[in-house]
Amino acid sequence: MLLESKAPEGPLAEKWEKHKFNVKLVNPANKRKYDVIVVGTGLAGGAAAASLAELGYNVKAFTYHDSPRRAHSIAAQGGINAAKNYQNDGDSVFRLFYDTIKGGDYRAREANVYRLAQVSVNIIDQCVAQGVPFAREYGGLLANRSFGGAQVSRTFYARGQTGQQLLLGAYSALSRQIAYGKVKMYTRSEMLDVVVIDGQARGIVTRNLITGEIETHSAHAVVLATGGYGNVFYLSTNAMYCNVTAAWRAHKKGAYFANPCFTQIHPTCIPVSGDYQSKLTLMSESLRNDGRVWVPKTVEMAERVRKGEIKPQDIAEDDRDYFLERKYPAFGNLVPRDVASRNAKMMCDEGRGVGSTGLAVYLDFSDIIKRTGAEAVSQKYGNLFDMYAKITDEDPYKQPMRIYPAVHYTMGGLWVDYNLQTTVPGLYATGECNFSDHGANRLGASALMQGLADGYFVIPYTIGDYLAQTPPKPVSTDHPAFAEAKAGVQARTEQLLNIKGNRTPDDFHKILGHIMWEYCGMARTAEGLKHAKAEIQKLKKEFWSDVKVVGSGEEMNQALEKAGRIADFIELGELMVDDALNRNESCGGHFREEYQTPDGEALRDDDNYAYVAAWEYMGDNQPEKLNKEELTFENVKLTQRSYK
Amino acid sequence: MAGSNPNAKPMNLTLKVWRQPNRQAQGNIVEYHVKDISPDMSFLEMLDVLNEDLLRGGQDPVAFDHDCREGICGSCDLFINGRSHGPEKGTTTCQLHMRKFSDGDTITIEPWRANAFPVNKDLSVDRSAFDRIIQAGGYVSVNTGGAPDGNEIPIPKEISDRAFEAATCIGCGACVAACKNASAMLFVSAKVSQLALLPQGQVERKTRVENMVAQMDKEGFGACTNIGSCAAECPVGISLENIAILNREFLAAKAASNNLA
Repeated sequence: MLLESKAPEGPLAEKWEKHKFNVKLVNPANKRKYDVIVVGTGLAGGAAAASLAELGYNVKAFTYHDSPRRAHSIAAQGGINAAKNYQNDGDSVFRLFYDTIKGGDYRAREANVYRLAQVSVNIIDQCVAQGVPFAREYGGLLANRSFGGAQVSRTFYARGQTGQQLLLGAYSALSRQIAYGKVKMYTRSEMLDVVVIDGQARGIVTRNLITGEIETHSAHAVVLATGGYGNVFYLSTNAMYCNVTAAWRAHKKGAYFANPCFTQIHPTCIPVSGDYQSKLTLMSESLRNDGRVWVPKTVEMAERVRKGEIKPQDIAEDDRDYFLERKYPAFGNLVPRDVASRNAKMMCDEGRGVGSTGLAVYLDFSDIIKRTGAEAVSQKYGNLFDMYAKITDEDPYKQPMRIYPAVHYTMGGLWVDYNLQTTVPGLYATGECNFSDHGANRLGASALMQGLADGYFVIPYTIGDYLAQTPPKPVSTDHPAFAEAKAGVQARTEQLLNIKGNRTPDDFHKILGHIMWEYCGMARTAEGLKHAKAEIQKLKKEFWSDVKVVGSGEEMNQALEKAGRIADFIELGELMVDDALNRNESCGGHFREEYQTPDGEALRDDDNYAYVAAWEYMGDNQPEKLNKEELTFENVKLTQRSYK
Repeated sequence: MAGSNPNAKPMNLTLKVWRQPNRQAQGNIVEYHVKDISPDMSFLEMLDVLNEDLLRGGQDPVAFDHDCREGICGSCDLFINGRSHGPEKGTTTCQLHMRKFSDGDTITIEPWRANAFPVNKDLSVDRSAFDRIIQAGGYVSVNTGGAPDGNEIPIPKEISDRAFEAATCIGCGACVAACKNASAMLFVSAKVSQLALLPQGQVERKTRVENMVAQMDKEGFGACTNIGSCAAECPVGISLENIAILNREFLAAKAASNNLA
């Protein structure tokens, strides 16, 4: 089936304006007759819940955290892009659009990306009005810095805690609506199913994580803002609770899953230090503004470093290879993430990696410290340097950081049209849980932008169009579809508890993560992917016969929560492998070794793969069906991406 | 091991952990032993090891709150050897590493202790009182859309930086747990200061502080007696100066209030 994006006709720059005029409106007095469920309270969900409540809808918001202030958006460090052109350096809405499309290796939808660039400017204004303390210049105006994949400074930031400040802004707007009674907030509630009645999303089933009670909630529309699925790799920079369950349940109820194999491996993370490791920690991309990436020039010297015979600070300038600056003089250390990650891997594969495992490269700040002093560097990156020191017990002011790529973000997600509606009418997906704006690779500081764009400025318009065409008659949880969905969730909980096997949920998660990282990570081959598929199928069987969960479903039971999430990760993992196997090209974060240019860059196949792969669930243990949305580019020319 | 301390030896530890099945039940301290703990592990990774052992042995793992493990989400909240987030200054539990402990140590792990933070289970507590304080006024009342240009109102860097410092509060509750009165003044003052400093916060400056303080009292947090343990134990270094600002803001608001009570 060919999917329709429903992007409006007409010139790129006029599409959104035109669409906003053409969407149907719900009159102010009628808005209070509509209920909207928002699942997730990160940037996308928090912003959507607050904005929809401000409009007058009755919002029910859900989070599995103890408070809506804790979503993983909070951990975003570096910044948020906006085409303000405050720096007078040549930025524009079109340039941000162009950089994002190119950065995504031409696998995103033009109309969505342009709209994102357009509303980016409103986001900054909104956040400033909320009291978000962005970094400022001495004259009192907003400061900017540079990020990868761009040659202008358009990134707004709040030291290394931009995500925290933006999320607390959205949380404050949400809190205000909770106080007004326009948002009913359900904390410690995990969504475990979507309820679909006559083809329309009408509610959700949740588990109260404190009492274990399975609850049903009805609404006229459901918005998912449930984040990404990077934890399918076990080790990632995602928070521990991040999972695919809400999106996966929606997928099983009819929402197509798009480009699941498009995952972002972030180049600058603190390397793995041992088997016990539970997660990886990112060092913000903003560090590449001032930090220089290098490895020793020769394998021999790298070996001596690995053995601890010489220290990095003792290696002479001539014996260092600043490989990003050497290979990409135009962008230098600020090449996009996929390019930086792949090059770090190449250096380590050549035997020039550092650290005792050889799986690390240096990120060196000695130049900037010499130039501006340690104090100035601390002003910009203090919290990141402190975090690095706490984790590694090394002082980055005195010796270069060791960094290595790690899973960080998932560009794939639920397929949505221009209105952010999934293939289930009335079910919307916003923020990282949809696939929409980043193509095959996301540029730094664009996730915060997309989450807030979707939540503050897109969904309030597009959901109104749907609701205006839906009768305001209250939706009751008495409908048999609710009882059926609830019974399904209860049965699954019982099943997990009754296996009484020998292996913990984490045992399975680690194995899955290892398979995904080895065969569906930074470099993929057809052969490896086929092997991975067989391994995952085997793992799934073992999981459902040997997982061990103790206790009951009627209490706080964190092992039970985890087991349910891992069961879904296993199924998603298989789909990611199928998707990677289907896409016989390299693009962005998806690097198939068979498809590369002579100098090792990703080789796209635009004739055959300029489409969104949207997978349709066909039943348990059935192969999923591939549907395509053809991507047409009317405003940019598809070229081999070059950052040289 | 890629950690910086190749000579550090694995440790064996005794843990005394607060176990409590649910809010209504009585709790008690239970002793556990963990072996071969790497000094490079985080404190929560050490608890992961304990929980995997418990689960394998068919016992209920210890419930505790955690998520980002990067010191920013504010979920983790352990009272370790009588201190909020343990022995290292300016550090959340998740960023505390086992190299701060020694082989053979006994470590006592409890939940935050405060009437306003009832225990959910084991080490997990209910901090929704903090959310209700923010709902009482910890915001600027602007709807989405119609905000003026971000550069319309210049804000001196010094003011903006001070507002930022206050705004970095992660809402973990360490200040309450550290205070002998279980006072939430540091938490409340951080938000009040942030918004009192910024031009955007001026319109609601007086009602905000009155409403937030009223809610704080209603939740059952104790009074402030100027001991300062809150700021000493705060993992992100929220300054005690904020409490002085809060007191000043509160008095000014009360003096001008139309709702004197």
